[in-house]
Parts: sequence; C-alpha cells; structure tokens
Amino acid sequence: MATTTYADGLEKTEALPVPSKLHEWIVTVDHKRLGIMYIATSLFFFAVAGVLAALMRAQLAFPNGKVLPPEVFNRLFTVHGTTMVFLVGMPFFAGLANYLVPLMIGARDMAFPRLNAFGYWMFLFGGILLYFSYVAGEGLAGHGTAPDVGWFAYAPLTERAFSRGTSTDYWILSIVISGIGSTASAINVIATIMSMRCKGMTLARMPLFVWLMLVVSAMVVMALPPLTAAQMMLLLDRYLGAHFFDTQAGGSAVLWQHFFWLFGHPEVYILMLPGFACASEIIPVFSRKPIFGRAAMIGATVAIGLLAVGVWAHHMFAVGLSSSSNIFFVASTMLVGVPTGIKIFNWLGTMYGGKLRFDTPMLFCVAFLFQFLIAGLTGVMMAAAPFDWQLTDSYFVVAHFHYVLLGGLLFTLFGAIYYWFPKATGRMLNETLGKWHFWLLVVGFHMTFDTLHFAGILGMPRRIYTYAAGRGWEGLNLLASIGVIFQAVAVACLIWNIIRSLRQGAPAGNDPWDAWTLEWATTSPPPEYNFAVEPRVRSSRPLWDLKHPEDPDWKYE
Amino acid sequence: MTPTIAIQQTEWTLPDRGRVGVICLIATEFALFTIFVVAYVFYIGKSLTGPSPSQVLELPVWPTICLLSSSVTVGIAARALKGNQLRKFKMWTAVTILLGLEFLRQTALEWRHLIADWHLTITTNLFGTTFYSLVGLHAGHVVLGLTLLLLTLGLGLRGSMRGQGRRFELLAWYWHFVDAVWVVVFTVVYVIGR
Repeated sequence: MATTTYADGLEKTEALPVPSKLHEWIVTVDHKRLGIMYIATSLFFFAVAGVLAALMRAQLAFPNGKVLPPEVFNRLFTVHGTTMVFLVGMPFFAGLANYLVPLMIGARDMAFPRLNAFGYWMFLFGGILLYFSYVAGEGLAGHGTAPDVGWFAYAPLTERAFSRGTSTDYWILSIVISGIGSTASAINVIATIMSMRCKGMTLARMPLFVWLMLVVSAMVVMALPPLTAAQMMLLLDRYLGAHFFDTQAGGSAVLWQHFFWLFGHPEVYILMLPGFACASEIIPVFSRKPIFGRAAMIGATVAIGLLAVGVWAHHMFAVGLSSSSNIFFVASTMLVGVPTGIKIFNWLGTMYGGKLRFDTPMLFCVAFLFQFLIAGLTGVMMAAAPFDWQLTDSYFVVAHFHYVLLGGLLFTLFGAIYYWFPKATGRMLNETLGKWHFWLLVVGFHMTFDTLHFAGILGMPRRIYTYAAGRGWEGLNLLASIGVIFQAVAVACLIWNIIRSLRQGAPAGNDPWDAWTLEWATTSPPPEYNFAVEPRVRSSRPLWDLKHPEDPDWKYE
Repeated sequence: MTPTIAIQQTEWTLPDRGRVGVICLIATEFALFTIFVVAYVFYIGKSLTGPSPSQVLELPVWPTICLLSSSVTVGIAARALKGNQLRKFKMWTAVTILLGLEFLRQTALEWRHLIADWHLTITTNLFGTTFYSLVGLHAGHVVLGLTLLLLTLGLGLRGSMRGQGRRFELLAWYWHFVDAVWVVVFTVVYVIGR
C-alpha cells in the first residue's frame, strides 16, 4: 500500500509496423509524446539555426569576406534570430513543461490534451512557414527570398514600400501562427497547474520548476498579444493600405518599437525563466541539499515577471525618448538585477556546504551560474542609458544577449537534456561524451562571445555583412569564428550521444539521480497514465519522504 | 512498510480547469484589445486629412442597448440550462443571438454610412485606420461569439445540451467579455475620441 506511486508492472510487448507507429505519434494527445515532439522539433530547428550562424561567422571570419552576398547575410541573421527565439527557445521549454509539469504535480495528463496537440501543430507549421519563404518568398515561379528585416523588424522598413514581395508576410504569419500555439500551450500549462494537482500538492509544496513554468505561462498569456496585435496592424498596413506605421500619413515608427518591445522584453524572461527552472531542479539534487530560500526564489520569480512588463523601452534609448522616460526605464531595468541577484545567491547558497556531484547536468548548471552572472553584469551596464548610447547596435549588444541566451539559457537547456533524458527514454546519456560536449562548448562559447564584446567596444556595428581590414577587428573576428567550430563539434557530441544512448545507453531505472520530485517516482519512461495510483504529497520533496520514512520533510515544513 | 505518505483528511478541491482556461483566454484577449485601444488613443487627432471623428461619428445608443442587454439574456439562458429548463434556455439563447445580430446589423449600417457618404475607409487617414481595425476586431469577436451561440442553440434544438450547464457558462463568460470590451470601445471611440 505504501509505495503506491511506483511501477505499474505493465509492459507493452507488441511491436507495431512503422506506419502505425508514425500514425500513433501524429494523432497523439499524450503530454509526454507531445513534449518529446516539441523538444525534438526545437532541437532540429536549433541545428538549422546553428548552421545559419556558422555561415555568418564564416563570412565574418576575415575582412572583406566573400562567402555570402550581403542580401543573403541579411536573410541569415533575420531567420537565425527568429528561429532561435520562436522555434527553439519557446518550444523547447513548452515541450519540457508539457513533459514534466503533469509528472511533477502527480497528474495523468495536461488539463486540455487536444489543445496541447493543437499547440504543437501550430508551432510546427508556423516554423515550416518561415522556412518555406526560402522557396516561395516571391511566389513559387520566381526566385525565393526569406525575410530580411531583422528579428525585431522595425517599421517602416517592413512596410510595403520598402519590403516588396511576400517574404515579410511569411515572417509575420509564421510568428503569429506559432504565437497562437505558444498561447494555447501556456493556457494549458496554467490550467494544468491550477486544476490537476494531486492530493496534498499545495502551491507551497509545488516544485520550483512548476512554479517558474506557471509564471512563464502567465507571461506568455499577457505578453504575446502586443506582438500579435502589432503584426495584425502591420498586415493591415501591407494589405489593406492602413497607416499604423506609415510615417508619411502621420503614422508612427516608434509605436511599432513600443509594441514590439512590450512583447520583446518580457520575451527575454519567458526564454530565461525556464532555464532558471531547470537550474532550480538540478542544482539541489546534485548538491544533495534542498533549495536554499525556496520562498524567496518564488517571490523573486514573480517579481521578475512583474518587472518584465515595465522595462521595455531600455531597448529604445537611442530612439530619442524624453529624458524622464529614459530615466524611468534605466531605474526599472536596474531593479531587475535585484530579484535576479537573489536567485544567483540562492543557487550558490544551495551549493554551499553541499555534497556536490559534478555529473554532466550539474556541470552545465555551474557554467550557467558563471556565464549568466557576466551576462547580467553587461546587462546592468547596458541599462545605463549613456553607456547604451555608446554601444547600442554594436557587437557588444550581440555578445551581451548571446551571453544571456547561450551562456545562460542554452547551458541550462543542455543540463536539462542530460538530467531528464533518462526519464523520457529509460536510458542514460553517456557521461564521457557529455563531458566532451560540455568542455568543447565552454571553450567554443567563450572564444566566440568573449571576444565579440571587445569587437563591439572597438566599434564593430552589428548586422554588417563584412568589414575592411585595419580596424583592429580581424583577430577578434577570426577567434570568434574558430570558436564556432568548437561549438559545432560539441553539439555533434550531443547528437551522437543521443543516438548512441537510445540504442545502447545504460538502463536508467526509475530514479538515477536520487532526486526528490514526483517524476522520478514512476517508471522510465513513464506509462501512458503516468501513475498507477494517484500520488499523495505531504512536503515539497515527496520522494525524500518516501525514501526516508524515519526523517520525512513534512515534519519540518 | 508502513504507509509513508498518509492520506490527507482535509477535502481536496481545485478550481475547474475549464474556468481557468477561459479566464486565461479572456486575459490574453484583453491584452490584445488593450494594444488596439492604445493605438487608437495614441492616434486621436493625429490624422493629416479628414474626415474627423467629430464630423462623422454618432453615438451608437441602440446597438449598445442591444449588446448590453444580450449579456443579461445570455445570463438567464445559462441559469436556465443549469436548472434544466431547456425550453427557457433555448428561448433566451435565441434572444441573445437576435440581439447580437441586430448589433452587427447596426455596425454594418454605420460602416456603410461612413464609406458611402463620407468616403472614410481604412486607407483614408489614421482615424479610418484605427477606427475600422478596433471596431472591426470587436465585431470579429461578436461574430465568433455568435457562431458559438448558434452552435449551442443548434445542439439545444437537437436535444444534446442537457447537463452542459458548466460549459455553456464558460461561453456566457466569453460573451460578457465581448460586451465589456464594447463598453471600452464605446467610451474610447465615441466619447473620448469624439
């Protein structure tokens, strides 16, 4: 009776033919399958966007590069940015939330399984639409072009007069469609967390991962509409001759920037908080200590979520807003440093005095702490308006946000893959390959993005497709491009590791990391119904209670 | 081994997932409308050419009465369905649909007047741009709500709405939201913007 949450004892023995298997995946509404589909698709787009980035670095490796023509370069950075934000970052964590939230709160599925499938297919076809523009941007008969307006697509560059053809429309529609998918998935996560928790899983006992996903989903629900609305207005401008961003008819180009960044800055936290969520699960388990300052972590997360909607115009210091609004956005942006600092100290506090185990997931999280700290510090630098005026639109900005999104987000994303892969597949990822992956990525990442800070300080503008020799940028750019090779090999290690482990990885068992959250209470991979008997929870570490009946957490909480 | 995770004696109730979902949907729609309203307010008086709102707009009293009272009728219908009074439910749903249709008809007449008599289209000036998109976005939501109401009425006539009170209540919430947005649109477009 006691260990009711363990093992279902059933095994599927029937081997299905390939078409039926495929059919099963296409019609599935199971949150675990959809989660895996999200993650696999986003990793595919990640590889594609990585190739685009590598092409750009190849072009910039030497002065007067001849690898790519300028118009192709413009398309590359637009599609790279759009892909990484909308087709890699958001769906990867939508997938992780899909897979893990029901398991962590002891539920059998998401609140709306069919809506879940709808969200995935919207995301997939939104992504396909973006890349389809490469073929069909000018109509199937003509030469195809991809969008080339940059990922934030400032008006009036995007207006009909300046962006002819249909490539910009592909960009708009792909983002609107994948945005509808993201909204559907976010609503689903919120409803799941609010309404599907197992007995005893109060909000106070919920794993931090679930808490952070709740905040992220609330942010998606409230922050995506400004983008959708702005895209609708842009479509009206382009197709019905409206004048929202048409400066010749009195429309405002700055209004687009306000709307875009009203979405765009919360979006940064929508991408970043899931990384925090993974770190908050991984660091305690590999430090053998409960998270330090749990309530403060939750409070800080909510604070970040609230502050996020009041900082957008720090992307617009160079526009020429009034100095009072500049001062407001400087102050509000610097405030974000407070809850973020609380988080970093809490992760350090968790590690302090713990029995640290440096398995691959933990390595990625430790590197994340260092790199994200630096990213945060350059963020505070950029938050000061005069500093921003000096370095805006330079490679310093590029290096800063890649430090946030690669050094911070991507590292936790990889940590999450190593940590939860055994749960999803029943097999461990290889540790040796994992360490190769980690160290190569660290070396490559720092070669590329540390140097780009200096290129930016030396005045290299972002988005240039080439540069003349003799400005002191050559060495830095070459080093940055060499770093890409290391990163590419690192990702190849991961892909090889995944393929190899799927075939011959060591069996994982239910709970390979000796963790404390409910997903490790069921089999790996979990059965379709997750838990044979609904779990009951009395503390924030239900598995600890189960493993240590002599000293359970609930006595102290 | 003794049970380590004891059964909690207190009752375990969580909010209904449909309600949470619809509240989230309304929240995201609310944010969408907010942006269009902000754009409208931002562009008040910024048109380079005429016609201006004070010249062409008239206070839409009758359509507002229709739409706001449809909120009452949909409430009656929802309550009737919960109490299993199916005839009453069908009747009041039909009344709601008629009121909604009348609202749309009035909007259509207003637009025809603006287009035919004042030559105001979405391309004319910033007023036209923001007016047609905001009012049109709202009208689009009315159309969506009416479609869903028609669907439920159809199901009701087929006799398959018994026991669906909880679901119909969610639709009623959505309809209330569409009405509430109209109050904002009315205030911004026809009172402040004029």
